[in-house]
Amino acid sequence: MDRSRRIVLKGAGATGALAAALAAGLLRPGVAAAAWNKAAFDAKTTADAMKALGYAGAVESKDIQIRAPEIAENGAVVPIDITSNIPGTTSISVFIEKNPFPYTGTFDVSQGALPFVHLRAKIGESSPVRVVVTAGGKHFTAAKEVKVTIGGCGG
Amino acid sequence: MNRREFLEVLAAGAAAGLALDAPEAHAQGDADALYRFPKFGNVALLHFTDCHAQLLPVYFREPSVNIGVGAAAGRPPHLVGEHLLKAFGIKPGTREAHAFTFLAFERAARTYGKVGGFAHLATLVKRLRADRPGALLLDGGDTWQGSGLALWTKGADMIAACRLLGVDVMTGHWEFTYGEKRVKAAVESELGQIEFVAQNVKTADFGDPVFKPAATRTVNGVPVAIIGQAFPYTPIANPRHFIPDWTMGIQEEALQKHVEAARAGGAQVVVLLSHNGMDVDLKLASRVRGIDAILGGHTHDGVPQPTIVKNAGGQTLVTNAGSNTKFLGVLDLDVQGGKVADFRYRLLPVFANLLPADPEMDALVKRLRAPHEAKLGEKLATTEGLLYRRGNFNGTFDQLILDAMLEVKGAEIAFSPGFRWGTTILPGGAITLEHVLDQTAITYPQCTLSDLTGERIKEVLEDVCDNLFNPDPYLQQGGDMVRVGGLTFACAPAAKIGSRISDLRLRGKPLDPGRTYKVAGWAPVAEGAQGEPIWEVVVRYLKDRKTIAPRKLNLPRLEGVAGNPGLA
Repeated sequence: MDRSRRIVLKGAGATGALAAALAAGLLRPGVAAAAWNKAAFDAKTTADAMKALGYAGAVESKDIQIRAPEIAENGAVVPIDITSNIPGTTSISVFIEKNPFPYTGTFDVSQGALPFVHLRAKIGESSPVRVVVTAGGKHFTAAKEVKVTIGGCGG
Repeated sequence: MNRREFLEVLAAGAAAGLALDAPEAHAQGDADALYRFPKFGNVALLHFTDCHAQLLPVYFREPSVNIGVGAAAGRPPHLVGEHLLKAFGIKPGTREAHAFTFLAFERAARTYGKVGGFAHLATLVKRLRADRPGALLLDGGDTWQGSGLALWTKGADMIAACRLLGVDVMTGHWEFTYGEKRVKAAVESELGQIEFVAQNVKTADFGDPVFKPAATRTVNGVPVAIIGQAFPYTPIANPRHFIPDWTMGIQEEALQKHVEAARAGGAQVVVLLSHNGMDVDLKLASRVRGIDAILGGHTHDGVPQPTIVKNAGGQTLVTNAGSNTKFLGVLDLDVQGGKVADFRYRLLPVFANLLPADPEMDALVKRLRAPHEAKLGEKLATTEGLLYRRGNFNGTFDQLILDAMLEVKGAEIAFSPGFRWGTTILPGGAITLEHVLDQTAITYPQCTLSDLTGERIKEVLEDVCDNLFNPDPYLQQGGDMVRVGGLTFACAPAAKIGSRISDLRLRGKPLDPGRTYKVAGWAPVAEGAQGEPIWEVVVRYLKDRKTIAPRKLNLPRLEGVAGNPGLA
């Protein structure tokens, strides 16, 4: 195990991973400065948020890989890996369907970067994690269910 | 009439309700019938799991309720009593029927005696190893927890016993409840020849492996890989604060890579030593390719024969080997031309009366227990009824714990976790401190009293029930339903979360979703919970009474599962 790597990144704080990704030029800095889509962030359903983002009618795709635990160990910070295998991917958006405000955010992917993102999201109750990938101006979607439980009582 | 026919007649008589004949007269015959069988093939794997720190022989009653829903309905391990006997061709009224089922438990237990115990298990292991040079002994975990002695020594007693027993490889679950530091110290410097393997335990930050994923051994010239699978939901089912830097989960993709790496490295046999629980293992076996056998535990199912699961890579055997040192699994593999050609499997019940104690192990167990013997043996009360735990919804020992909590804590409702470990006491038997600790010895024993609304109480019941009956095994946690005192309810296992639990009543009156109730519980998973250890609550209740009348089980009214063969 690389202890120094761990210490350096811990020192960088909670946003370390994202900051590192930005510094490496994998994500366009525009992600932070992009126009705030208030309607999308305020939407109370995934359908409304997707409409506000112009994603209505996104097509189900098997080329989006979502890795998340079957059952969350801690609903406050659920690790989620997303890989898009769709050529020409330009953005990856995440929605936690059962959260009060499902839209979590969008990662813009600069040309040539691998369309892979890792994030930690709060998931209040068992919910599908829905992903929308934009590629060549078209929208594709996939979802994976994450269970959130009170815990205890195992075996 | 030869001996076998004679035994069959005897068995038929017993099934018809006749008294069992004096068993000692047939002990040698029974021992031969059970333990003398021809060796097969060239690679032997011996497997025990979930011994829960039981060093001495015990009584252990198998469940009369173990319901399977969805695809699991009516298939192993969700068969109880006569359904199980029928499925596996076991004659009623026999020793084996007693080992695998709850049927006529008290009478059969008095006839056939206690099961397990490390000294008796050691004798069996030595005999099998004498026939099968190079046989590996695999321990599926839940070894360092389940007794007062193990709690007080933080598992050191069990580590000593397993080293002497000759365990080669182990994985874990309850081991982790001693905390990261204790587990690491044990694995790094105390386990001797035992390799601790777990491919699915990673650091929470970078996903680095915490343990070796696999062990490799050569048996009679055949390279064998044993991949470890710890209980994937330890950080959820048990307190996460004991292992804050570790993350688990099933991790199928990582497992597939380890299987492929083992094959690429020359392994001709790949085995998963699993603490997933049998339902999870059955699903996993259908999805991961290249595993010859999953030797499973966690759900404490004593399943006489493996389930053969077909998958894209061929087939995988899935076993589950019971608990409390009651059974030893023997998987004989015939490996020809670099792969498994055939197999034989037996799940041997360990009858203490049929296997003399191994002197060396016996001496070690006595030495380990000696400093604590007087304390453990303190007699607290006598029970008039059978006390046991296993079953989906309640057991008489859990009812006793619930009754104690209601009275001692002055609660309206009590919750006791659906653990599957815990031994059995026959009617008329003394209840000692050791027995109480067999049911309660954990590192988070606090008994708490909380104010919960009726709405919250229903949510808790729904949540736990889904962890037991979700039709997707990957969303189950392998425990039983929380035991409930004071409150009556109906339960529909095959329904969906949110609609399984209904008709909640306290003293006949419907539970008010908006009202607050005093609820006692124990084993809190949250950090910082305060309360006296549950065993002190139970001890006080027992000492106040001296004689414990048979318990009246508080069971939910079940809906929609009539005729389910997981229900006696």
